[in-house]
Amino acid sequence: MIFKVIAKQELAKLFEALLANRVVGPVRKGSDKNGTPIYSFEVVYDFTQLQLDYTSTQYPAKRFFLPYTETLCTFEIAGDSWEKKVDFNIYQPQVLFGLHACDINALNKLDKVLLESAYPTPYYASKRKNMFIVGIDCEPQPYCFCRSMGTDTALHGFDMFLTDLGKKYFVEIQSAAAYNYLKHMQTSDPTEEDHLRYMAVEEARHEKFMAQVDTTDLTKILDMEFQSEVWKHWGDKCLSCGTCASVCPTCYCYGVAETVDLDLKHAAKMKHLHSCNLIDFAEVAGGHNFRPDSHTRLKYRYYHKHRGFVEAFEESLCVGCGRCGEACLANITVPEVIASVRHEEI
Amino acid sequence: MERLEFVDVLKEERPEAPRHDLGSFEYTYKAEITNVYPMTEQEKLYQIQIIDPEKRRGFTFRPGQFVMLEVPGIGEAPFSISSSPIRRGDIELCIRKVGNLTNFLAKVKRGTQVGISGPFGTCFPVEKMYGQNIILIAGGLGIAPLRSPTMTVLENRSRFGMVEVIYGAKRPSELLFTYLYDMWRKFDINLNIIVEEPDHTWDGPVGLITEILQERIGALRDVLEQETYAIVCGPPVMFTFVCNMLMAAGLPMHKMFVSLERRMHCGRGKCCRCNVGSTYTCLKGPVFDYWSVMNLKEAI
Repeated sequence: MIFKVIAKQELAKLFEALLANRVVGPVRKGSDKNGTPIYSFEVVYDFTQLQLDYTSTQYPAKRFFLPYTETLCTFEIAGDSWEKKVDFNIYQPQVLFGLHACDINALNKLDKVLLESAYPTPYYASKRKNMFIVGIDCEPQPYCFCRSMGTDTALHGFDMFLTDLGKKYFVEIQSAAAYNYLKHMQTSDPTEEDHLRYMAVEEARHEKFMAQVDTTDLTKILDMEFQSEVWKHWGDKCLSCGTCASVCPTCYCYGVAETVDLDLKHAAKMKHLHSCNLIDFAEVAGGHNFRPDSHTRLKYRYYHKHRGFVEAFEESLCVGCGRCGEACLANITVPEVIASVRHEEI
Repeated sequence: MERLEFVDVLKEERPEAPRHDLGSFEYTYKAEITNVYPMTEQEKLYQIQIIDPEKRRGFTFRPGQFVMLEVPGIGEAPFSISSSPIRRGDIELCIRKVGNLTNFLAKVKRGTQVGISGPFGTCFPVEKMYGQNIILIAGGLGIAPLRSPTMTVLENRSRFGMVEVIYGAKRPSELLFTYLYDMWRKFDINLNIIVEEPDHTWDGPVGLITEILQERIGALRDVLEQETYAIVCGPPVMFTFVCNMLMAAGLPMHKMFVSLERRMHCGRGKCCRCNVGSTYTCLKGPVFDYWSVMNLKEAI
């Protein structure tokens, strides 16, 4: 790995150079009722729009690589016959400027199931392979439990990662494409002092994490407590609205629906991201529902994230960003649910 | 300003995941419905042939696997293949009209073109069962996935010991593949059929499938502990009763196979709709041995 340091004002030059591509970054969208800023990942055209000191965005950057609605293919219908046309819906590279470690780790986790398992999906692959990621360090918020999930630092999956050292950025470079862009900035090699400063910054950041989840033996405990009453407790609170899945950076479940044009000559197959908390998630034709109760659906969500994915890929499908807990209308948070399953005081 | 290079994923070398080609993900074989046989009021048998002769020859599957059938503009759904693997790209699907797509299919005539992708999922390990006795048990529409292994057993009848088919349905009018029963019996298959609600046409046994199974288990007790495999297809509630009875009679769990039914939107382990606990029915199933099913939460 290559390390460099840059003066803070140099970053605008990198941004300018990257603007030849579509650049997505955190911007301030508005404020909530308490005046707290609401941030969102949007296409950015001007460096001053970027809010690199953002806390967390309400929605992840998911819509740029796993769109909530996507056309998988279109059909031209002629009588009994038809022709199918497939498009992966990406025509230019995208730059994600200012992703936090949790969101980069979310992509790494999605890679495991969408790229590296049987039947890799070209829709995701094409977007992932045409992505340039500039990561940036973050200020831990009270709801962040990424440290418990081991996702508070990104070890790979980005092109460049920036750590704020005060007047300078410490830059990690992980791809040839990123190295190539260095020429647009004035960079220097880090000194021993920069190294020490980096370590101090990271240590101070680690101290700030408040929320945590105990993942020790969690796969076994989830199995043992499958019939536990606590699921019923959370199920009674859950509104089955699916908000948690829509703000989750790693939720990838979907449904497919076909539509036909009024002229009956064109049809399309659409993919819509779904949520396992929605009532029809496991319903089969004929009306039988394998998970008719709210608590069985909520339990399944925890099972998939914290047990099934661990079983398949040796890591959890949760990055601990805390967005689901913040967005939940019923105030259900992951640390609380897991603690209750472990019979811990909450 | 400097542009990043655009990567065409279909041309890129992917040493990390060579198992499946990205270009084939959305690939559907264009196929034609060559024949439609009404079997009951609800179910029809569709003969579907892949149009391109070369692709048809290349389409191989194993009993127990399923395909995704797509009608453009209407929908796509998984169906287990009911025919024998010997007829490669010329498959038969037994379909009950129950949802959007299947109600549409109930109205189509031969000549309609549909899309077929697959085959997907795990299969019944028929070769492993060579030299052994086989009990095939189906409840209701469970006969659809069971017909493929039954045909394979028939085609290789001399390789198996005793073959027993136990099939239960609600009413005699709901029995499927009735035209095959005589042929099956001719091939030295002990076919036991039971219905719950008999009518004037019925002179066979009446009751639940477990009743006739109990009777057969009594007769088969000596062979169940060894040299016997069972394949069970049907509604989830049936699995528990049937498999537990077989287990109590001494059949080991790993020698019983069941086929699970779930909602599927992709068939490729991506949409998560078919997950049981956290296992993909489309990748690790639909055929599971009973040991695996017992270890899956909420499976049956």
